[in-house]
Amino acid sequence: MILLDRVTKVYGKGTTPALDRVSLHVEPREFVIVVGASGAGKSTLLKLLTREEKPTSGKIIVGGIDYDKLKDKEIPYLRRRIGTVFQDFKLLPNKTVFENVAFALEIVGTGKHEIRYTVPRVLDIVGLKGKEKRMPLELSGGERQRVAIARAIARQPKILIADEPTGNLDPKHAWDVVKVLQKINQYGTTVLLTTHNQEIVNKLKRRVITIKDGKIASDHAQGDYKGL
Amino acid sequence: MKGLKRRLIVLERIIKAGAINFVRNAWLSAAAVAVMVITLTILLFSVIARATFNNTISQINEKIDVSVYLKDTVSEQQKDTLIIHTKQLKSVKSVTYISKTDALESYKKQNQGNLDLLLAISQTDNPLPASLKIKPVDPNQLNELKVFLEEPANKALQSDQTSYSGDRKVAIDKISHATNFLQKAGLVGIIIFTLISMLIIFNTIRMAIFNRRDELNIMRLLGASTWYIRGPFIVETMLYGLVAAGISLLICSALFGLSSSAFEASSLGLLDINFANNYVVSHYWLILTGQVAVGMLIGAASSYFATRRYLKFKSAK
Repeated sequence: MILLDRVTKVYGKGTTPALDRVSLHVEPREFVIVVGASGAGKSTLLKLLTREEKPTSGKIIVGGIDYDKLKDKEIPYLRRRIGTVFQDFKLLPNKTVFENVAFALEIVGTGKHEIRYTVPRVLDIVGLKGKEKRMPLELSGGERQRVAIARAIARQPKILIADEPTGNLDPKHAWDVVKVLQKINQYGTTVLLTTHNQEIVNKLKRRVITIKDGKIASDHAQGDYKGL
Repeated sequence: MKGLKRRLIVLERIIKAGAINFVRNAWLSAAAVAVMVITLTILLFSVIARATFNNTISQINEKIDVSVYLKDTVSEQQKDTLIIHTKQLKSVKSVTYISKTDALESYKKQNQGNLDLLLAISQTDNPLPASLKIKPVDPNQLNELKVFLEEPANKALQSDQTSYSGDRKVAIDKISHATNFLQKAGLVGIIIFTLISMLIIFNTIRMAIFNRRDELNIMRLLGASTWYIRGPFIVETMLYGLVAAGISLLICSALFGLSSSAFEASSLGLLDINFANNYVVSHYWLILTGQVAVGMLIGAASSYFATRRYLKFKSAK
C-alpha cells in the first residue's frame, strides 16, 4: 500500500537531511505507528506521502501511484485518495461541524443528497452524533480532532494519515481519538499514525517504527516505545 | 455521465462561491470596479469618437469634387473623349457632365429670389460654361488627375482655372490629423487604464487570498483542484467586469443625454453629437456586449495571474 525506497529529504543545501535513505513497506489494512522525538523526521515523512514536499532522492509509491510520474495537476487526485488528519485540526472556524465535514465532499463534486447521507454517518462513527450544528470553537480539543477525522474518512480513503492527532489533547481525549482510528482500521483502512505519546503506543500493541535523526532506528511488528 | 454530473456540480459551486465572495467583499471590490469603469468608459468614448470622426470625414469627402470648366468651342466629340479618358483614371470615382443649359438652370434655381440677377442673365446669351464634375476616389490623392488635366491637349479644352478641393482639403487634413491624434491618445489611455485596473484587481484578489489563506490551504490539502480554488476568484472578478460595464454604459448614456439636450443635438464642429447618439443607439447591444466582454476579460486575466503564484505546488526537491 505504501512503499518508500531509500527516500532522502534535505531542506536546504548543506543542512543535515530530515530523512536519510528511509525504506519502508506498509501492507494494506495495516495499522502503523511512527514514533520519534520532535524533529526526528516524522512530519517530513507524512508530508512526502501527501506530496506537500518532494523527496530529494528515492522512490515513493502509494496505492499504486509512483510519485516520480505524478504531474502537478494530478496531486489533488492523489490527496483525495488519502485521508489526512492534522495535529492542529485545520478546521474552518466559520463553518459548523456538519459543514466542515461536507466541505471535503463538496470540493470533489459530491451531490447534495450524497452529502446529506454521508456526513451524519461519519459523524456517528467518530461519536459526534447530535453535534452537527456546533461551531468548532464550541467543541473540546478531542471533539475537534474527531471532526477532523470524520472529514478525513468521509471520502472513504484507502489510507488514513494522522500526524500527531493526539498531540494537543489530554489523555482521555487522546484515547478517544485513538479508539476512532482503531475502528476505522477495522473497516479496512490502512492507518499511519505518528505520535510521541508513550502510553498510547504501548497500549495499542501494533507495528511501531521508530525514527531517529532521519533514519529508521527500529521496526517491530508489536512494538513498544520507551520514550526519549 | 457521473463524471459530467460531478463537473456540473463543481461548476455550480464555483459560480456560487464567486458570487458570494463578490457580495462579501463589496468594499474591497468597489475600488476595482471604479477603476474598471474608467477604463471601459475611455474605451467606449474612443470607439464612439472614432466612428463619429470617420462619419464626418466621409460626409465631407462626399461633397468634394473637381470641376473642370470647358470652353464653349469644345466639340461634342472632344468632350466625350475627355470624359472617357477621365473615367479611365484609377483615382476617379465618377464623372458627371453639366451642359451650359444645365448650368444655367441650376444657377437660376440657386438665385430664385434675386429677380435683378435673373433679369440680367436672361438678357444675355448663356454666359455659364459647360463643366465636368469629377468625384475622386480619395480627395487626398488628386495628383494623377491633376497631371492628366494639365496635359496640353486637355488644358486647351478648359476655360477657367480648374477648382480642386481647395478649402475643403485643408479642413479634411485637419480632421484626419485630429482623428489620428485622438485615436493614438485613446489607445494610450486604454492601455494605461487597463494596466492600472489589472493592477488594482490583482491586488484586490491578493488581499482576498491573504484573508482566506487558511481556508485555501485546507482546500489544497484536502485535494481541491486548482480550478476549484481559482474559479471563485475568477468568477468574482468577472462580476466586477459585468458591473463596471453596466455603470460605464449608464455614464455614457447619461452624458450623451445631457449633451444632446444642452446643444439641441447640434453639430459641434468635428463632433456630430447627433450622429454619436444614433451610433450608440443603433449599436447598443454590440457596445454592451463589447463592454461586458472586455471588462470580464480584464477581470479574469488579472485574477488568473494573482492566483497563479499562490496555487503552485512545491517543486523543490
